[in-house]
Amino acid sequence: MKRIHFWGTRGSLPVALTAREVRDKVAQALRGASGRTFASDRELDDYIDSLGMQVRGTYGGHTSCVEIETGSPEYVLCDLGSGARPFAQQAIARHGPASPQTYHIFMSHVHWDHIMGFPIFIPAYIPGNRIRIYGGHPDLEASLRRQHGAPSFPVDFAALGATIEFVHLQPGVDHDVAGMSVRLLLQRHAGDSFGYRFRSAGRTVVYTTDSEHKLVDAAETERFIEFFRDADVVIFDAMYSLAEAISVKADWGHSSNIVGVELCHLARVRQLCLFHHEPALGDAEISRVLAETRRFEQITRTDAPLVVTTAYDGLDIDL
Amino acid sequence: MAISPCSARAPYNRSSRAASRAIGPLNDMEFSSLRFADVVVASPVGRIDYLTAGGLEQALLPLLEPSADAPPAIVLDFSGVHYISSAGLRVLMIAAKKMQARKGAIGVAALQPMVQAIFDATRWNQIVDVFPSVRDALEALPGTALAAWELTVKPRTR
Repeated sequence: MKRIHFWGTRGSLPVALTAREVRDKVAQALRGASGRTFASDRELDDYIDSLGMQVRGTYGGHTSCVEIETGSPEYVLCDLGSGARPFAQQAIARHGPASPQTYHIFMSHVHWDHIMGFPIFIPAYIPGNRIRIYGGHPDLEASLRRQHGAPSFPVDFAALGATIEFVHLQPGVDHDVAGMSVRLLLQRHAGDSFGYRFRSAGRTVVYTTDSEHKLVDAAETERFIEFFRDADVVIFDAMYSLAEAISVKADWGHSSNIVGVELCHLARVRQLCLFHHEPALGDAEISRVLAETRRFEQITRTDAPLVVTTAYDGLDIDL
Repeated sequence: MAISPCSARAPYNRSSRAASRAIGPLNDMEFSSLRFADVVVASPVGRIDYLTAGGLEQALLPLLEPSADAPPAIVLDFSGVHYISSAGLRVLMIAAKKMQARKGAIGVAALQPMVQAIFDATRWNQIVDVFPSVRDALEALPGTALAAWELTVKPRTR
């Protein structure tokens, strides 16, 4: 594995900046630049980079879709949220529609925000492409077929040109897929979800979204510590604050940044990436959560530092 | 932030001498409690994490549930707690909710710097009232608990 690329990072629903929010960002940047001069593009870039994500960019965006670049010509994706669309556009642009490709897609679960990108996943329409969709749910195929046809969508699943296969993976055992060792863990979420631990070429990535940690079962906590053990990167469902996750939003199936740090510390993980952002949070709030998470990591650290990042559409993490 | 006043419950017909209860070690944490008039001062000692939080919850439960003997107020003396995880914070939230449900009061006192920093980072001081010392917590409560506590504990450093 060489790199992780985030195509969709938002939970529940895609979100987009409004014209007013973009205008506010421009206004903040201009106010900060008042009286400055930029002698070169480099100076201008330095200024933009100093502004912070909440001013110079946006976290986005699309719902869950994460690409793991393995170094092989075959593609590996986690989930088919709306982020699958820009991924597919990029893949088609790179190879052209006439060059058959193989896509391995690992599904955390089949809630709408994780499958909504498939009807607009262009590679599925192109004969010659091979799409293998993996998961632990027995109704994985039925769920994708159900949304792909009348009355929900104008094209029926049967009309798709690619060769599409569904592969059931048993949790708790290692599977060899696309040159990686892949292990699933059952997670607490309505209708169940599965976390994935990918290992290849001395690197380990854990993708664990839509997973609630109830904090009352030590054995469950230890199962996750073992699942995360020594991972290079853990992509973690941090949709809610800790207080929300254990009170008003208990049993909603999601976790918090605080639990992410604790589990990653206990498992000696190298990097935690906060993921599946609450759609009600704006860019400034997500930036604040990131800063608070880094502070919490620092004060509770007893071992090597845990790098904390937060996902945004377009983020690359080199492995 | 002050501890909310206790309910209009009648004062306990107890002597002002402290009634004590010791649970003993809960993995790497110990727990004991002392009763001062109508207030229980509970003292967990050690590390409250995913392994020990369940023990803390079990130890606190008899104090939280409504009963004729239930204290109207609880002060958690955290001077001996050097770490608290999300599992422990959850127990505090449950305790606060249970006390609120029966119109009682609960506060956490004497946080060590690490635990104070965790409270700050998680904003847990908005979930449960926090006091610099046990004395400050008792002072915020009506009744004779502070006087009883000072009679019993004053020689010690708090």
